[in-house]
Amino acid sequence: MRLISRRGLGAGLGRGLVCQQAVELVTLYLEGALRGAERRRFEKHLAGCPHCTEYLAQIRETIRLAGRVTPGDLTPQMRVDLTDLYRRWREEG
Amino acid sequence: MSSPWACAVPDLREDRLRTVVVWPPQPGRAVSDTLPAMEPDEELLRRLRAGDEQAFVALVERYNGSMLRLALSFVPSRAVAEEVVQDTWLAVLRGLAGFEGRSSLRTWMFTILANRARTTGARELRSIPVADAGPVVDASRFGPDGSWSVPPEHWVEEAEERIEAGKLTGLLRSAMDSLPARQREVVLLRDVEGLTSTEVCSVLAISEANQRVLLHRGRGKLRQVLEAELGGSR
Repeated sequence: MRLISRRGLGAGLGRGLVCQQAVELVTLYLEGALRGAERRRFEKHLAGCPHCTEYLAQIRETIRLAGRVTPGDLTPQMRVDLTDLYRRWREEG
Repeated sequence: MSSPWACAVPDLREDRLRTVVVWPPQPGRAVSDTLPAMEPDEELLRRLRAGDEQAFVALVERYNGSMLRLALSFVPSRAVAEEVVQDTWLAVLRGLAGFEGRSSLRTWMFTILANRARTTGARELRSIPVADAGPVVDASRFGPDGSWSVPPEHWVEEAEERIEAGKLTGLLRSAMDSLPARQREVVLLRDVEGLTSTEVCSVLAISEANQRVLLHRGRGKLRQVLEAELGGSR
């Protein structure tokens, strides 16, 4: 770990990624922000690493499941308040 | 308004920027996935402008929850957050006539909310996200050469078989609530509401780079929570 954090993620592009670096690039990859050699290096690592492939799949699944979360119900009181607010605004006219 | 955050107007170039190709394609985030058979915002906007109260109620039902959660990350209490959200709805109604549709309706509404919540919360300059720059996977999971020593267990296709859907979303909802405020804001807008990264940057007045860091940390923590629940002993 010490070695890796010292070396940093920008370490020589010629060298392959290790898993600990690859997992930190997952969001950049999904955001389309890994370009050219960086992206090829990441994809090359994935192609040879079932664990990081699994990790990427888990992040994708996490995103998909997060999309199912409903952010909370409207309480009856809030519904009443906001309907009142609408009617007052209408009267402002 | 003197707050430096109060001038976050949606970027005029947003529509153009939104066409930037994202590769690989986003997994399973088709709108139809999360918003089954809902009337588009544009249609609600049209009805609202025509004076249809039900359109307002529908809009409130769609967005009030996320607005409240977003407001809560800026202000100290639920009561204050509810006030900010009500103020925002009033500002939305009053601003309808002047809304030109240069950003999407929800981006416009979330921007109004974020600006108000920020002003109300008077939160001191928000901490730099790098302050929370721990690894997204605990270092103990890797060997000295940086490869997995405790690799992730497989659970992806099994999640929904092993946990009832309501429990799964409840788990994620409380995991989101316990994220640091800025990560929570980004995850809420990106992954729950489905805004684009450009929209999120505009609403929260943060850079693309910051947005990515926050999203990375936030998603990483949500994954950990799922793994703890689904991945056996870890």
